[in-house]
Amino acid sequence: MKVLVAVKRVIDYNVKVRVKPDNTGVDLANVKMAMNPFCEIAVEEAVRLKEKGVANEIVVVSIGPKACQEQIRTALALGADRGIHVETDEDVQSLEAAKLLKAVVEKEEPQLVILGKQSIDSDNNQTGQMLAALTGMAQGTFASEVVVDGEKVNVTREVDGGLMTVSLKLPAVVTTDLRLNEPRYASLPNIMKAKKKPLDVMSPADLGVEITPRLTTLKVEAPAARQAGVKVADVAELVDKLKNEAKVI
Amino acid sequence: MSILVIAEHDNSSLKQATLSVVAAAKAIGGDIDVLVAGENCGAVAEAASKAEGVSKVLVADNAVYGHFLGENLGDLVAELGKGYSHILTSAGTTGKDFMPRVAALLDVAQVSDIIRVESEDTFVRPIYAGNAIATVKAGDSIKVITVRPTGFDPVAADGGSASVEQLDVVKDAGLSTFVSEQKAKSDRPDLASAGIVISGGRGMQNGENFKMLEQVADLLGAGMGASRAAVDAGFVPNDMQVGQTGKIVAPQLYVAVGISGAIQHLAGMSDSKVIVAINKDEEAPIFQVADYGLVADLFEAVPQLEEELKKVL
Ligand SMILES: Cc1cc2nc3c(=O)[nH]c(=O)nc-3n(C[C@H](O)[C@H](O)[C@H](O)COP(=O)(O)OP(=O)(O)OC[C@H]3O[C@@H](n4cnc5c(N)ncnc54)[C@H](O)[C@@H]3O)c2cc1C
Ligand SMILES: Cc1cc2nc3c(=O)[nH]c(=O)nc-3n(C[C@H](O)[C@H](O)[C@H](O)COP(=O)(O)OP(=O)(O)OC[C@H]3O[C@@H](n4cnc5c(N)ncnc54)[C@H](O)[C@@H]3O)c2cc1C
Repeated sequence: MKVLVAVKRVIDYNVKVRVKPDNTGVDLANVKMAMNPFCEIAVEEAVRLKEKGVANEIVVVSIGPKACQEQIRTALALGADRGIHVETDEDVQSLEAAKLLKAVVEKEEPQLVILGKQSIDSDNNQTGQMLAALTGMAQGTFASEVVVDGEKVNVTREVDGGLMTVSLKLPAVVTTDLRLNEPRYASLPNIMKAKKKPLDVMSPADLGVEITPRLTTLKVEAPAARQAGVKVADVAELVDKLKNEAKVI
Repeated sequence: MSILVIAEHDNSSLKQATLSVVAAAKAIGGDIDVLVAGENCGAVAEAASKAEGVSKVLVADNAVYGHFLGENLGDLVAELGKGYSHILTSAGTTGKDFMPRVAALLDVAQVSDIIRVESEDTFVRPIYAGNAIATVKAGDSIKVITVRPTGFDPVAADGGSASVEQLDVVKDAGLSTFVSEQKAKSDRPDLASAGIVISGGRGMQNGENFKMLEQVADLLGAGMGASRAAVDAGFVPNDMQVGQTGKIVAPQLYVAVGISGAIQHLAGMSDSKVIVAINKDEEAPIFQVADYGLVADLFEAVPQLEEELKKVL
């Protein structure tokens, strides 16, 4: 079967995020960017499905400015077969991302679409579910295990009370949680090979989607800083402070 | 304005998070209806009808909602929600699962994980793991919102007397079926609403050692949490993970034991009232947010803590 994976270019998770002094957003100038960690897990899962002989083609798609092609190439180096770049410099919010992905799904007709559960920049946790609703597909969100079984896929989900397994009709949407797998690193030869893999570039207009942001960010501020407190000498002092100073026990 | 709140529950009891969502709805202002969708969930509906500020409770009691499958709940809420100006639910794994479907079906944006209401269309939410706080204005006619419960003090659970209306709307998308679940069984308070939380990290070394923390937790009536590293290493189950991609907690007291204080972990607990860190590395970043820091080997400090607590409690 064909698997479509959506990958997003985001700030590297190791980077200390700084809010711009004019409060219009976060400073992304000269900041290291990378593939969203949950999307790496999505790519890895697709590659494992291919290695098991369950998938025969992996198409990876990213939406955003030209630089997103770096993340598509990374996915190709990890084992995806071909890339689609939906190029736009506009502010693509989750609903529009889902509409663009829906248009790609209609063209490509994958049996499985794998996305990250959330991107670590906007922390929305929306796109996969929106895509599933728009395409009328089943969804297995926050997946920690994915088992394809004929016309169905069983997805074990990380939920508040523990784990829950659902059986979904294919085609379906899966969003990845942290413990689904541990992504591999791309080898140098594969990075070289990835440069020659096909990458189609298209615009939102080519896909018939108009980008109309519904949410306006009025301001972005730094969180209230927490003051570091005191060091206590021993456990007895700690318990004393908790009881008599902070009064929380 | 009229607001529809979707209750979070387990078919037998109403989650406290819902009372915080009702508080967020009150901050927006307008009539508040609560939808209880589930199976054999009459007790939940009754509890919801007593919550402060609720006008009407709508009950969709049917097997198709028994496991809160996102496809079925999404269809139900999208249909009922058309008549409201705002649709709200808590940002737990159930709300995160079905709510974006509702937004997409209504062709509106969703505002995720709000921590404050500025006005009927403007909300405050953390982004970048809480390293930035965004104020966002929603332009759509129906606002679809998930609420971070720690951002709002819950309304009173008693005193209200809302009417209860049974609905006969059965939405079975036929896309997914429930297979099984593995629920972590524990008599301890729920992590998300516990007044005290004790979490262990990679420094605990193994699952067996978490027993030490359990003993302290039992003395304090505390909930138990963990860092991602402790969960990934298999010391404890996934539902204990606190952080950007786990649970968000804001107890009166948070005790971090053998946790370094990575930004993704801090995202889940830095709104706690009092933070205690026990770590043998005095440079560990957790000390930058801790009110009380103890530089010590946890294998000595935790048993001592248990002894000292026994003396004073
Ligand atoms: C040039 C540019 C500027 C932007 N400026 C702003 C801004 O100022 N304010 C603002 O709020 N937002 C801005 N955005 C939008 C924001 O970064 C997200 O793209 C948008 O909110 C959708 O993703 P999400 O975080 O909601 O996805 P989530 O729902 O959190 O992500 C889940 C998954 O969806 C998939 N996915 C999401 N987005 C993409 C994508 N673009 N390509 C491929 N897969 C994807 C991934 O698999 C991801 O793991 C901008 C985007 C671009 C491209
Ligand atoms: C996309 C993404 C999402 C993530 N989401 C989360 C999340 O939701 N929650 C989360 O927690 N993490 C999350 N992480 C992981 C996070 O970056 C850290 O790796 C993790 O929090 C580290 O866990 P830790 O503090 O237990 O381990 P470590 O960083 O290894 O720290 C262990 C600490 O224990 C101390 N220690 C060791 N032995 C002793 C002893 N005997 N006595 C006292 N102290 C001792 C050490 O000094 C050290 O400070 C995420 C990462 C990514 C990339």
